[in-house]
Amino acid sequence: MAAQIFSAIFVIIIGVGGCVAYFWGANKLLDMIFPSRGVSGTAAVDNLRRQGLVRPWLFVGPAMIILTIYLIYPVVETLRLSFLDRGGEHFVGLANYQWAFGDHDFRNSILNNILWLAVVPAACTFLGLIIAVLTDKIWWGTIAKSLIFLPLAISFVGASVIWKFIYEYRGEGQVQIGLLNAIIQYFGGQPQVWISLPFWNNFFLMIILIWIQTGFAMVILSSALRGIPEETLEAAVIDGANPFQIFWKIMVPQIWGTIAVVWTTITILVLKVFDIVLTMTNGQWNSQVLANLMFDWMFRGGGDFGRGATIAIIIMIAVIPIMVWNIRQANKETGGH
Amino acid sequence: MASATGKSFVGRFGVHLAVLVFVAIWTVPTLGILVSSLRDKDQIVASGWWNSFASSTQNGAGRLPAASAQTQKDGKYVIEGNIFGDEPKREISAFGVKAAAPTQYKAGAAADLGDGVTLQVNADGGFVLSSPKAFEGDRGQRVYYASSAPPKFTTENYKNVLLSQGIGRSFMNSLTVTIPATVIPILIAAFAAYALAWMRFPGRALLIAVVIGLLVVPLQMSLIPLLKLYNGVGTFFGVPSKTYLGIWLAHTGFGLPFAIYLLRSYIAGLPREIMESARIDGASDFEIFVKIVLPLSFPVLASFAIFQFLWVWNDLLVAMVFLGTAPDQIVLTAQLNALLGSRGGNWEILTTSAFITIIVPLIVFFSLQRYFVRGLLAGSVKGG
Repeated sequence: MAAQIFSAIFVIIIGVGGCVAYFWGANKLLDMIFPSRGVSGTAAVDNLRRQGLVRPWLFVGPAMIILTIYLIYPVVETLRLSFLDRGGEHFVGLANYQWAFGDHDFRNSILNNILWLAVVPAACTFLGLIIAVLTDKIWWGTIAKSLIFLPLAISFVGASVIWKFIYEYRGEGQVQIGLLNAIIQYFGGQPQVWISLPFWNNFFLMIILIWIQTGFAMVILSSALRGIPEETLEAAVIDGANPFQIFWKIMVPQIWGTIAVVWTTITILVLKVFDIVLTMTNGQWNSQVLANLMFDWMFRGGGDFGRGATIAIIIMIAVIPIMVWNIRQANKETGGH
Repeated sequence: MASATGKSFVGRFGVHLAVLVFVAIWTVPTLGILVSSLRDKDQIVASGWWNSFASSTQNGAGRLPAASAQTQKDGKYVIEGNIFGDEPKREISAFGVKAAAPTQYKAGAAADLGDGVTLQVNADGGFVLSSPKAFEGDRGQRVYYASSAPPKFTTENYKNVLLSQGIGRSFMNSLTVTIPATVIPILIAAFAAYALAWMRFPGRALLIAVVIGLLVVPLQMSLIPLLKLYNGVGTFFGVPSKTYLGIWLAHTGFGLPFAIYLLRSYIAGLPREIMESARIDGASDFEIFVKIVLPLSFPVLASFAIFQFLWVWNDLLVAMVFLGTAPDQIVLTAQLNALLGSRGGNWEILTTSAFITIIVPLIVFFSLQRYFVRGLLAGSVKGG
């Protein structure tokens, strides 16, 4: 283990040192090839211009290379693989897509994903907004927000263990040590194996993600609410608006843009949700989702890359509208820069 | 805003109460595993963790010694002893001799088992079985009992999972993955962000658009091609395909779009005058970047570092694809996932392991929350 720590530190030094050496060295080299000092006036101007042409590429070069290898090439390759067979050797046309839409697990995953998309972003945004508004009114609001924000730091696997403990079921006659079943029993209900109830188990898994992500929505929306001019709210109070009218008719419309950002961010997260399903049910009892199904096909029986890639493409297609919207928003904002 | 609503006492009280309920829902689950991880493992299954400060009641069963242990006393045959033997003593409240009625008799009472045979079990576990006739057979009398034990807290679970369940080792593995995977992207992204914010070159707008587009590309798109690529590289050079170097680069690649996006929007917002005056003084772009931009960008660099640290530490998917599952490579999240499969009902192991995996993020999070929130705001509310 000591050797591992040592090698990790060594690699950090090599890696960081290498980066520094590259940027510093490449920059020095450019200055040497096109010197701007100690040469005649026109030559210096020419060389400065040439430096200006090359230098930006030295700066963005490493990032571009890594982005190309790790994101751009894979997108193209995944698209290509989705038309090939399991080993990625023979062209099979649309066979993988045909398989997907006929496959029980895949259809189940699509339906579950739609369910997740309908519930989780809405629940997180709504709860986040409510908590943001409420905590703004009380003296211990900051502490409350910190505590609600806290699950955002917890891994999906850790959160799954936390909630699995809450959903824990013990056979009849045994003490229920899961909080949920204990509460149900206290009120005279019948303890259940919550995560194996088809259809409803989806909601028990969603609660975990909502529990994690509400803090995110709360923080963003809370800061947007602070941006609403005080006068607007005061005017509404003077006009006799009640708290609910102020919330729905003044606050929500004012921060509509931020709500959209929170909503889309969580939507993308939901499309990629994997860890929670893997650790809680691994797709059993009809709780499968696309990301976990894809992981399954990547390794099942040595791996079927064609089908795995096809599922990835389906996830990608769902993301594309958000991607286009993001780029257009960004272009609007940086247009003047 | 405080003046806007909640003027009445009931209204204000309602707000406090509502927030209190939300806080409870958001903290109690985590509290549950923390408390459970510190409890004795027998008590975890005997009572809910919310009862952990009360004595726990547990049903048990045992067999009394066989006929060979009998002695003669006052003309009767007697077997004496303590139900718990050498085990820690618990307090018995009731006992019985039939599985169907395990708590038929109160502790201290003498149970009539028929044929003049009586059994008395005291609260401390001591028992007296007496009979007018000699006992026979080599199987002793079966006894059922309900007992309670005082609350018991221990750090035994932590010792166990750290040393015997592989959690200690995978903790080190997680650190080995996380630290380089956090540091490497920062430098690469900072240079790129500076170029995209302050240098003029053809294709700059396109590059920015590409970075923003890549922000939302699902990780799933990259997995299969990269797995193939890594396997190919591994075979070609005759090296293992699952290495720490491989996962550092993978995390760097997946973290770069966000890093560049976050850093660029911050660096682009730095005051133009500082850059221009430095340039007039003859500073090159490299000097401006190192001496002016980097120091001024410290808050956003810290924000990104926290994000990347949490993301890499908490990641399961990338680690499962690009790292092996042998003890020298498995990270905390993957180890916890494996324990969920192999130790499904052993809550003392699961809760303790889970708490160890979340403790580092929680510390980072609480000590650096300011930077984290700032990064969150800059990263999602576009343009501010």
